[in-house]
Amino acid sequence: MPIFFEKRQLVTPGDLVAEGEYIAGENTYSEKNKIFASRVGIVEYETKKVDVVALKAFYIPRMGDIIIGTITEVGFNGWMVDINSPYPALLRASDVLSRPFKPQKDDLPQVLDVGDLVVGKVVSYDRTHDPQLTVAEPGLGKITRGQIIKVTPTKIPRIIGRKGSMISMIKEETGCSIILGVNGVVLITGKTLEDEQLATMAILKIEEESHTSGLTDRITQMLKEKKTKQEENKNE
Amino acid sequence: MNDKPEKLIDKKGLRLDGRKPDELRPVKLEVGIISSADGSAYVEHGKNKILAAVYGPREVHPKHLALQDRTVLKCRYHMAPFSVQERKSPAPSRREIELSKVIRDSLEPAIFMEYYPRTMIDVFIEVLQADGGTRCASITAAALALADSGIPMRDLVVACAAGKVDDTIVLDLMDTEDKVGSADVPVALMPNLNAITLLQMDGILSLDEFESAVNLALEGCKQIYTMQKEALKTKYVNIKEENKEEAEE
Repeated sequence: MPIFFEKRQLVTPGDLVAEGEYIAGENTYSEKNKIFASRVGIVEYETKKVDVVALKAFYIPRMGDIIIGTITEVGFNGWMVDINSPYPALLRASDVLSRPFKPQKDDLPQVLDVGDLVVGKVVSYDRTHDPQLTVAEPGLGKITRGQIIKVTPTKIPRIIGRKGSMISMIKEETGCSIILGVNGVVLITGKTLEDEQLATMAILKIEEESHTSGLTDRITQMLKEKKTKQEENKNE
Repeated sequence: MNDKPEKLIDKKGLRLDGRKPDELRPVKLEVGIISSADGSAYVEHGKNKILAAVYGPREVHPKHLALQDRTVLKCRYHMAPFSVQERKSPAPSRREIELSKVIRDSLEPAIFMEYYPRTMIDVFIEVLQADGGTRCASITAAALALADSGIPMRDLVVACAAGKVDDTIVLDLMDTEDKVGSADVPVALMPNLNAITLLQMDGILSLDEFESAVNLALEGCKQIYTMQKEALKTKYVNIKEENKEEAEE
């Protein structure tokens, strides 16, 4: 079972990454017992499986994903939501109101209007139907304050880090609460604007350098430096 | 400029711009230069200067064009009015519409079209300066832009032309050679799958000449392919190196 690259090496679409008894994992495809990469990314070999961690991709909905979306359209019995994906999502009025929807009584734009942001969960999606969202769970619903940034969806696992090491570090250092939408939209809510800016900076740095090693340490260092600088400025 | 040169190949066997018959023009490739596009690439192939931008997959507009089982690939090849000696009208000409289709057909086999049904991928190709062989350079640029945008692909697509000039088979024809010479064979290739996605011929060639022209063009494709891979990688390697320097400091 020959492999053609070292671990964590950069590959481009069409690169032959393995041959023989391997299983084609993410961002790869197999043809006649050969496995090729299908995106620009970093190869990861497991005992039986080959993956390519993509450096750039777009979001494709999956059932159970927590996402952050923008309302784009108010319909007759629900809303259309832009979830940063090729497919628009549907949010039903009865789901938001948590009771049957009565067109005579309920005024939809008053509940959620175009431009509003929501944290939602994908409840259904397949090739033939657009995804449907729900907000009827704790932690989901309309966003009232905080800052939104967009990153490449594939970088979300990197921002979370191993067992959540990266994200909990950022939360601790900046004192912000952070919600990561799997679709690459991140919500940062902090006590002050400075805290939020600090967290934003850290996340954007992770996005840019996600494929390099020793990132957690570098981010920690950067956050600490910036924090001391901010405090110095305040004291002055 | 309009006077035809008598000989396209001199006594030493060199061409008008001093190239050997099997030599490519200098090629420069760059990836990710249009930040608002999902993917982009810039190609300088000799005097050709071409920009390619990719958007998508995204919702299909108008909606009735959507396909239920696959994505729709839209290509627009366009030459800027200032790209040639005499001003070209900015309206799409017959030639541009045909080239758009030819480029789309040569890119389609490389993309996993069935992955994202009911969506559309837009490819915009803008020729800023033309000097023969723009369709090949456009395919090279568009494939790079597609890969840069994160659209899953079977392989990259590279294109290069060969042709016949003064009874010799030469690689990578430039504008004058294309116009005065006797034949032009553009070839697009998916190098790892060893599959040809575009093969055209303009002019007259014997069977043997045709075969050697195709083989020569394939050699050219492989040369450009290594540069294509390099271009995709440099975008990320640069970041890596910056960090190393930081760490050393």
